Amino acid sequence: MPADLEAVAEQVFSTLADPTRRAILAALAARGPATATDLADRLPITRQAIAKHLVLLADAGLVVAEPGERRRVRYRLRPAPVQAAQQFLAALAHDWDSRLGALKDHLDRPSPAR
Amino acid sequence: MGFPDRIERTVELAHPPVEVWAALTTAEGLSAWFGEKATIDARPGGAGQMTFASGVAVDMRVERVEQPNLFSFTWTVPGLPEDDPRRTYVEFTLEPVSAGTRLQVVETGFAQLPDDSRRDTYEGHRAGWEQELGELADYLGAS
Repeated sequence: MPADLEAVAEQVFSTLADPTRRAILAALAARGPATATDLADRLPITRQAIAKHLVLLADAGLVVAEPGERRRVRYRLRPAPVQAAQQFLAALAHDWDSRLGALKDHLDRPSPAR
Repeated sequence: MGFPDRIERTVELAHPPVEVWAALTTAEGLSAWFGEKATIDARPGGAGQMTFASGVAVDMRVERVEQPNLFSFTWTVPGLPEDDPRRTYVEFTLEPVSAGTRLQVVETGFAQLPDDSRRDTYEGHRAGWEQELGELADYLGAS
């Protein structure tokens, strides 16, 4: 697995570990780009906390800031990092498929001790 | 669900649970199929180590041992530096079926904060986040 995929996935998982950030991402996914104020109106989180989390999410590459109406900053979800995390998990899942196949082969092998 | 935090696989094995259990919880068993080399103290809190063909060695800590139905451990997350404390949780459940054993493995815990001291003081609103994640997954699936 390329080291950069692991690094992206690790950053995504760390970022997503926080339920507030998951809620922000889910809100952006469900209803499209939004300002911190829009999100504060919709979620039971203060605007201050949302702004703080949006900075973290932007640093992690999960959202990108863009100019919005009336010169306010709007945040848009970037799906690529979450898809990278899904790829990382898919690779690990493939490892499990290989191991379970090897377990089956091990069990099926005729054993002289039986 | 499609949201990245869990790996789940189920297989049916034509062997009784007691045999599958031995393959999961003994060093001889594990080193025959899981890794190149294995050591394990298969008791809650016991230590283990798995070395893979690549040379990578992973430290394990046994969590639950409920013979012959459930065996679980935590281990270091692949790709992180050696001193990183993060671990994922692997749980095997063994169910007797007419053909032998239905074995399920679930690996969880990928979404962890790197350091407890950075854990946010804002708890957020947990209720309903699963629905929100479903919407996130749908959005990603559609993009």
